[in-house]
Amino acid sequence: MLKVEDLNVYYGGIHALRGVSIDVEQGQIVTIIGSNGAGKSSLLNAISGMIKYNGLIEYENKTLPHHAHKVVKSGICQVPEGRVIFANLTVHENLKMGAYLRNDLKKIQEDFERVYELFPRLKEREKQIAGTLSGGEQQMLAMGRGLMSAPELILLDEPSLGLAPLLINTIFEIILEIKAMGKTILLVEQNAFKALSIADKAYVLEQGQITAQGSASELLKDETIQEAYLGKKNK
Amino acid sequence: MFSWYYISGILILTGINLLTVLGLSLLTGFTGLFSFGHAGFMAIGAYTAATMTMQFHMPLLLALLLGGVVSMLVSLIIGRLTLNLKGDYFCIATLGFGEATRLILDNVQYFGGSRGLPGIPTYENNEYLAIVVFINVLAIVAMVFLIRSRHGRNMVAIREEELASQAIGINVFRYKITSLAISALYAGVAGGLMAHYLGYIQPIMFQLIKSTELTIIVIFGGLGSITGSVIGAIVLTFLPEVLRTFFQWRLVVYGAAVILIMITRPQGLMGGKELNLKAIWRWVKRRRGGAENDSSAIS
Repeated sequence: MLKVEDLNVYYGGIHALRGVSIDVEQGQIVTIIGSNGAGKSSLLNAISGMIKYNGLIEYENKTLPHHAHKVVKSGICQVPEGRVIFANLTVHENLKMGAYLRNDLKKIQEDFERVYELFPRLKEREKQIAGTLSGGEQQMLAMGRGLMSAPELILLDEPSLGLAPLLINTIFEIILEIKAMGKTILLVEQNAFKALSIADKAYVLEQGQITAQGSASELLKDETIQEAYLGKKNK
Repeated sequence: MFSWYYISGILILTGINLLTVLGLSLLTGFTGLFSFGHAGFMAIGAYTAATMTMQFHMPLLLALLLGGVVSMLVSLIIGRLTLNLKGDYFCIATLGFGEATRLILDNVQYFGGSRGLPGIPTYENNEYLAIVVFINVLAIVAMVFLIRSRHGRNMVAIREEELASQAIGINVFRYKITSLAISALYAGVAGGLMAHYLGYIQPIMFQLIKSTELTIIVIFGGLGSITGSVIGAIVLTFLPEVLRTFFQWRLVVYGAAVILIMITRPQGLMGGKELNLKAIWRWVKRRRGGAENDSSAIS
C-alpha cells in the first residue's frame, strides 16, 4: 500500500533520515520505534508532505505528491504529535474540520456516528470547547478528527505522549479498533513495548537509519531490542 | 476653531491609513502573519500611481488600481521567497523588504532619489475625500465578504493552528500568499491615494516607523476584527492631530494610549469581536434582561 524507498531528509547540514525504506501493507499496523531524535517524526512528516525530502514515496503504486493538502486528498492523514487541535472550537466543530475536503454529507454523518461510537467521551463532550479537554481527550479528538477525513492510511505520531498509563491502554485499544474498521495504521512510538504488542510489523529507527525490522512478535523477543528499548537486562 | 479644510484633510489621511490597515488586518489579524514592511508596499503603489498620472496622464482611479496591482505582484514574489519562514523570521524578512524598498527608491534618479517626486497632480479636498470614502467603503465590503467566506475561515484556521490546518488538507501556503497579496493590493492603492493627496512623495515617508504605526493600529484595534481596525485607524490618526497643540508631548500621549490599551485589553479594543447591529442589540437585551434573568445572558 505504502512504499518508501531510500528516503533522505536534511535539516540544513544535518542528515536526519539516511536512506530509509519501509513497506506498509493494507490492513496492518506497522510501527516505527526508536529513541528521541531518531527521525521517527521526520519520517511521518515526509510521508505527509510537510517537509522536503529526497527519495521515493509510493502510495498504491503512485508517487505521492509533495504537498500536504494533496496527500490528505489521496487518503492519508496524519495525527500530529502533541494533540494539535483547534482549541477555540467545540469538539463537534473540530471533528467537522476533519471532513474539510469532503462533501458527501451522508457519509460524513455516518463517520460522525462511528467516531462517537469509538470515542464515547467525545460524544459526552460534544459541545465543549476543545481547549478545555484533558490531555487524553484531546488526543482522542485529534485521532477522531483524523478519521473524519475518511483516510485509508493513518499516520499516528506518538499517541501515548504525556498520558497516564491507564489512558495509554485505552488509546492502544482504540488503535486496534481502528484497525478492525479496515484502516491501515503507521504508528510512531517511544513506548516500544506497547507499540510492538499491538503491531503486525515493526521497524527500529536509530539515528536516521533502519537498524532492524521484522514481525512485531519477533522483535519483541529479540534480545538486543529488549535491552535497548524494553528495559530488560539479559545476562 | 478647526476649519473644515483642516478636518477634511485629517479625514483623508485617516481613510488612507484605514485602507492599509484593512489589508494588514487580514494578514495579521485573520491569518496570523506579522508584517513590518507594509510601508514598502505603500511606497510601490505610491510611486507607480504617481508615475502613471504624471508621465502617462492616466486617470486617477486607473492609476491607483495599477499601483495596487504592481504592489500585489511584488508581494507575490516576496511571498514565494519568504512565506515558508516561520513566525518571527517572516516578520524580519518583511522588515528587510520594507527598508530595502525605501533604499532602492532613495537611489533611483528616475524617481527623484531621496529628494522625492514633486508635482503630482492633487485634487480639491472635498472631491478627494469623496473618492477616499468611496474606495474605503468598497474595501470594507469586499473584506467582510472575504472574511465570511470559506476562504476567510480557512485563513482563520491557519492563524489558530497551522499544523492542524495542514493535517486536515488546507493549502496553507496558498492561503498565506493570497492574504499577503490582498493586503499588498490595499496598501498599494492607499500609497497611490497618499501621493495624490500630498502632491509629493519621498522615500523617507515609507520608512520602518510607518510600517510599525500600521501594525500598532491593527493590534490596538484588536486582532481578528474589522470594526476594531476601523476604530483603531480613526482613533490613532486623529489622536496626534487633536493633541497637536501640546506639540512635543503629543507622541508621548500617543504612546501612553497604546500602552494603556495593551495593559487593560491585551486583545486590543475589539479583539476578535465585530460591532454590528446584531451585536449591539444583543448587548442592549442583555443589559435589560440581566437584572431579572441572569442565566439568559450566558446562553
